[in-house]
Amino acid sequence: MEKNKSKEALFSKKNRGLLKDPLNINNPITVQVLGICSALAITVKLKPAIVMSLSVIVVMALANVITSLMRNMIPNRIRIIVQLVVVATLVILVDQVLKAFVYDVSKQLSVFVGLIITNCIIMGRIEAFSLGNPPWKSFLDGVGNGVSYGLILIVVSFFRELLGNGTLYDYPVVEKLGLYELGYHNNGMMLLPPMALIVVALIIWWQRSKTPSLIEKD
Amino acid sequence: MQELINIFVKSIFIDNMIFAYFLGMCSYLAVSKTVKTGMGLGLAVTFVLTITVPVNYLLQTRILDKGALTWLDASFSEVDLSFLSFIMFIAVIAAMVQLVEMIVEKFAPALYSALGIFLPLIAVNCSILGGSLFMQERAYQTIGQATAFGFGSGIGWLLAVLAIAAIRERLKYSHVPPALKGLGITFIITGLMGIAFMSFMGIKL
Repeated sequence: MEKNKSKEALFSKKNRGLLKDPLNINNPITVQVLGICSALAITVKLKPAIVMSLSVIVVMALANVITSLMRNMIPNRIRIIVQLVVVATLVILVDQVLKAFVYDVSKQLSVFVGLIITNCIIMGRIEAFSLGNPPWKSFLDGVGNGVSYGLILIVVSFFRELLGNGTLYDYPVVEKLGLYELGYHNNGMMLLPPMALIVVALIIWWQRSKTPSLIEKD
Repeated sequence: MQELINIFVKSIFIDNMIFAYFLGMCSYLAVSKTVKTGMGLGLAVTFVLTITVPVNYLLQTRILDKGALTWLDASFSEVDLSFLSFIMFIAVIAAMVQLVEMIVEKFAPALYSALGIFLPLIAVNCSILGGSLFMQERAYQTIGQATAFGFGSGIGWLLAVLAIAAIRERLKYSHVPPALKGLGITFIITGLMGIAFMSFMGIKL
């Protein structure tokens, strides 16, 4: 940090980095390996995936800001419990909002809304970032990581819904294109849970061959 | 009794925490490099699940459910606190993990140092909270059923972690494409194991 820390522009280069890095070289799912659990379970269709991404972005940005505001007051020994309480409160709010406005999606997501609490991505970013950084930076970090998490979710669910169900956001794409008459069949396998893992593995493969610096050494 | 065994077997194989629901994937990927650490964390997860699911079951049926408070006073029959369940469950889990940590530290110091950082991190393992939330969603009838479910899920998690750790130890000697090394190949293997586990789905219990 330079000496004119307090005058740093809202979107200085460093701050833009906080938003952009998670998209590729520091992606929460494919590089930091955080938040896998929910990423895989709710990617059968686009709609729940989008709702889930929005919920995670909101919870994460707010949780980051709140813990960052409290960072100098939290005793080190009980910090995990404090973080859990903050996140759990936010998740209850999100859950109630979802139940009120998009009830059917909230039913599909079932326990996974609650599991945002223990989504490692949120705890991981609080631990690693917002406990040591001012609120605005933490906010950007939360949004950046939330968006890149959502991006992977949407890519995975795009392929799973298109190949497995022949629809996109419940719109029957394949049927409209008339592929069924040509003898095309949906691959029901894509709807099964294990295929999510394999799609993510393919994304990791593609990303790492584009960015060799990410390849793991033995 | 037979019912309890059914729930137990079902939660190990058919509703396996990892292969069917992907819960606890983060720590699963982190500790599965060697069988030894996998075993340690697997046992700890099983232990915590076996305690927290029944405790949260009592909390759910005695306090949080609609009309659950009638054992205190009949006038509470309209009170519905179930929206508080997330925060109550996670508080119980965090407290239990702290307790387990202290007990293990006092009575089994060797195990304590072997588990190291993983023990406190169990609090944020999705499979623990997931266990409690599934217990709530599936509405088990008795505390015995809830315990059988918690214990079975824990054993299922342990089994999955041991299997992948054993495979990963062998994987060192094979030629994996460089970009798939480590994380990528682990995902694919987990996916294949998941497909194998799906063959249990046909079993009706």
